[in-house]
Amino acid sequence: MGTAAMAQSGVLQNDFVSNLLRVLGRILLYFVLIFMSLWFLAPLFWMFMSSFMPLEQVGIFPVEWIPRVWQPQNYTDALQFWEFGTTFRNTMLITVLSLIGDIGSCTIVAYGFARFRFPFRDTLFLILLATLMLPFAVRLIPVYAAYEAIGWIDTFYPLIVPAFFGNAFYIFICRQFFLGIPQDLLDAAKIDGASEIRIFTQVMIPLAKPAIVVIAILSFQNSWNDFLGPLIYLKDPELHTLAIGLYKFTSLPGQGGIYNQQMAASVLMVMPVLIVFFLFQKQFIQGANLSGMKG
Amino acid sequence: MRRREAKIGLLFISPWIVGVLLFALFPFIASFLLSFTKYNIVAPPEWVGADHYVKIFTDDPLFLKSLRNTGVYVGGSVAIRIVLGFALALLLNTKVRFLGLWRTIFYVPSVVPIVALSIVWLYVLNARAGLLNWFLGFFGIPRIRWFADPDFAMIAFLIMSTTWVGVTMVIFLAGLQGIPEEYYDAAKIDGANMLQRLWRVTIPLMTPTIYLNVLINIIGAFQVFTQVFIMTGGAPRDATRTYVLHLFDYAFQYLPPQMGYSSALAWILFMIIFAFTAVIVATSQRWVFYQGGE
Repeated sequence: MGTAAMAQSGVLQNDFVSNLLRVLGRILLYFVLIFMSLWFLAPLFWMFMSSFMPLEQVGIFPVEWIPRVWQPQNYTDALQFWEFGTTFRNTMLITVLSLIGDIGSCTIVAYGFARFRFPFRDTLFLILLATLMLPFAVRLIPVYAAYEAIGWIDTFYPLIVPAFFGNAFYIFICRQFFLGIPQDLLDAAKIDGASEIRIFTQVMIPLAKPAIVVIAILSFQNSWNDFLGPLIYLKDPELHTLAIGLYKFTSLPGQGGIYNQQMAASVLMVMPVLIVFFLFQKQFIQGANLSGMKG
Repeated sequence: MRRREAKIGLLFISPWIVGVLLFALFPFIASFLLSFTKYNIVAPPEWVGADHYVKIFTDDPLFLKSLRNTGVYVGGSVAIRIVLGFALALLLNTKVRFLGLWRTIFYVPSVVPIVALSIVWLYVLNARAGLLNWFLGFFGIPRIRWFADPDFAMIAFLIMSTTWVGVTMVIFLAGLQGIPEEYYDAAKIDGANMLQRLWRVTIPLMTPTIYLNVLINIIGAFQVFTQVFIMTGGAPRDATRTYVLHLFDYAFQYLPPQMGYSSALAWILFMIIFAFTAVIVATSQRWVFYQGGE
């Protein structure tokens, strides 16, 4: 009798201890998550806040987070120095044309890999995956020299034309998607006498919309954020992109100190990407996941 | 019928075939050939044999220095991304509330354009008034002169590299969510505690994902360039001169440009990355487990 009661209280105690541990574990978990959130967001939050601060407040230590005076004119001032109109137009042009090229070429090529049998298909697909691992540094110089030879330096062509020849990663994404589409659908279309082109444009493309959205987002992000390409190919200030404009803006002689305007300019460049991210989060995350699936 | 199918298939992939010849195979071979020449873009390349390679290994102190800096970045940033990314993914895989919100927060910095990110981090790492020194101050750590101190400059870039942990985390999280619940139930019935479940169930099943993340991140980290170019340009005293920055300077900053020398540097980098990749791939059979014996 006595031992039974003791055993029972022991069980209760164990329950209590394990519950306590679980609660403590949960508290610790949320503490870590909140800490990491602050770690990731603090720089971006500070960028936003300091873009409205008077200049003398930006350099204050200990750090201040709320503008003493809200100064939206940092933005108008930044726009004046920073060739925003030109760089924005150039970036849009490159981004949109590359996007069209990427979507067009990658869906077409992916369809070829996914739906037809031809000699060396699997070898060619392995080569496609292998090009993903080729360091850009190895390709940089000959490609630059070739563009120089055909007079493409200081034009947008080097930043747009390659998109029309397929991007290995986007082709991979699209092929995986096409492979998942049931063959019956295609057979039905074939029996109805549809040509290959019609099957592709009227059956496959509409079905592949989710994959195309992922490619569109990655392509947009890629062109919008690209720095190295515009840096070496575009020397004429009239052709600069947002990324180069922003870089020049912060490194202009005598402009080094206007942090608040630099932050304002940064906010302007970041905003479109963030808006697209919040609208298409699912696709962004999917894109990242697919990059973890290669091979 | 077969031949017709093959023809149509090849027609569909033809844009990529042209692309891979123009933008991968041609530059790959051309840069190898150029590495044996003196080439400044204006005049035609001039054959110099293995001179560049001899100079790189005997007469370019910055080659070793930049290689060491890059090594520090590769080791540090890959470790950060794998360990922190995996840890965060594990935390988010515990039926946590607001999963989508945390995932979004951790992922957001990765989508920010690198130019903007570099400008902000220049300020985060500012010695006098930066956010990081302010934060460390709460732990009684005196201000560190991040980019003015050769001992800390590369560490500063490692701290900044936490920005992209979200990408790795998201990939790990998707992998974790793919592990069937039954495995954990079975382990629990066998009396395995949390650590044992992590070590015996989660990690073995995650090795394919770990493997790919290690591979992708190593290849990427070896080529670290943009943030270094914008933020320090290699300063102080070449303490942050990374390998790609070094070869970029020879090709695009120094006058006259030394494209041949730069190509030789690029090929050595390619060999190093290739060797790392080959070793990881070759040893993978020993530590990567595929479900269902694929």
